[in-house]
Amino acid sequence: MKNIITTDKVNLFYGESQALKDITLDFLPNTVTALIGPSGCGKSTYLRLFNRMNDLIDNVKITGNITVEGENIYQKDTNIVELRRKVGMVFQKPNPFPKSIFENVAYGLRVNGVNEMSVLKEKVEFSLKQAALWDEVKDKLKKSAFELSGGQQQRLCIARALAIEPSIVLMDEPASALDPISTAKIEELIYELKSKYTIVIVTHNLQQAGRVSDYTAFFYLGELIEKGITKELFINPKNIKTQNYITGRFG
Amino acid sequence: MNHLETEIKSLKRNVVEMWHLVNSQLDKSQRVLTDFDKNLCQNIKVNEKMVDTFELMIDKDCENILALYSPVAIDLRFVLSVLKVNYNLERIGDYASGISKLVNELENPITQELFTSTKIVEMFNLCKELLKESLISFEHENNWETRNILCRDKAINKINRDATKIVSDYIINNPGDVMIAMNVLSIIRKLERVGDHIQNIAEELIFFMEAKVLKHQKKKKDISE
Ligand SMILES: Nc1ncnc2c1ncn2[C@@H]1O[C@H](COP(=O)(O)OP(=O)(O)OP(=O)(O)O)[C@@H](O)[C@H]1O
Ligand SMILES: [Mg+2]
Repeated sequence: MKNIITTDKVNLFYGESQALKDITLDFLPNTVTALIGPSGCGKSTYLRLFNRMNDLIDNVKITGNITVEGENIYQKDTNIVELRRKVGMVFQKPNPFPKSIFENVAYGLRVNGVNEMSVLKEKVEFSLKQAALWDEVKDKLKKSAFELSGGQQQRLCIARALAIEPSIVLMDEPASALDPISTAKIEELIYELKSKYTIVIVTHNLQQAGRVSDYTAFFYLGELIEKGITKELFINPKNIKTQNYITGRFG
Repeated sequence: MNHLETEIKSLKRNVVEMWHLVNSQLDKSQRVLTDFDKNLCQNIKVNEKMVDTFELMIDKDCENILALYSPVAIDLRFVLSVLKVNYNLERIGDYASGISKLVNELENPITQELFTSTKIVEMFNLCKELLKESLISFEHENNWETRNILCRDKAINKINRDATKIVSDYIINNPGDVMIAMNVLSIIRKLERVGDHIQNIAEELIFFMEAKVLKHQKKKKDISE
């Protein structure tokens, strides 16, 4: 199988300080990869490379080679709107727009030029079903998204990300603010989405990484220490730093 | 030290204690056999209850650690291997008391000729030696010490295999000692099982220390190189 995302010797600097050091790491399509590591090790920074969200930050310098679906995404003529359609993102805190539930999900479609109501309806319903939220909201689609619970809002954001049919979904601690039931729903969801999407998820919950991911990559101080099949990494990590981190023995 | 480390340390302490207990059970059952010291049988019986108590407690400890701490990596391998080491130790303890019961049934001590021809004492010593070595390797968490135990049950197995012929010959020549001879053979069979359980333990320890699965592999020596 061909890698859907590749990063080759990637370095990233915020001004003078280097946040990513020589990261070489690839992702297979239709897999879930968990990025783990202590706070500040560069997980979010790394994740933001794939939809060029780091571009929004001043003074960022990036070297190395990053491809998505075989294409270098840091070319002069890279179409960023198109890239962000391919690479959806879900953030730690649910961030619905101050609009109705329906319009939240329809938003990306409208931006991409879909306006026909019947198509919108169909796609919104489909996305909400994929995000395991449909049954809970089907009777109140016109209500404000803010009337939903945190867990529902997060699934709404997932539905919003899925509506534009990306091939890659990035999730930055998507369940960190949720109770165990909502978390379980999101995890269930991730598991099911895998058949259609490639998912990269940042999580501080190691059990969650163990439950949802096929591969796990451990970052430490801006470096990629170890990447492996999740089961193997959690039973027999190759690097002592990985072992110290996942067993909670870091100073 | 974090909570999990404390739990694991205390689990290890309990396992070591159980190991010593099983060791001493084996030791005592040997004395029952060689010295025909039936007084010790009662003591072994009491201590067998202790072994059972340890087994239950260690199982419970493992359950709690798994449920509450979701250990991973070396911690997970430790708990998983302890679960099985625990089981194997309990079995060894069981065989030790089984042996003392077999001797207790006899009216007369075992003859010197049977001791010498079957090499049962040598077999006993081998088992004790391996059990002690495995305990030390567990305490040190030393994989080379553990690997040193693998396949060392060959001598035990040979004594077991040879015993059938030796004992049946003995019965033919000493028809009055049938009961003694049969029990000696039973004890040898039990010691052979003890050797197997020690091998199992060593394999579990290798899994814990190296994450390698040696179970049901033929050429363990090769893997160890
Ligand atoms: N916008 C920014 N400007 C300057 N430095 C930044 C910026 N964002 C992150 N950094 C720095 O880059 C490093 C990596 O940060 P990043 O947010 O990627 O870490 P993280 O692994 O996601 O941490 P956490 O688990 O806490 O979310 C940190 O040292 C951080 O201070
Ligand atoms: Mg982050």
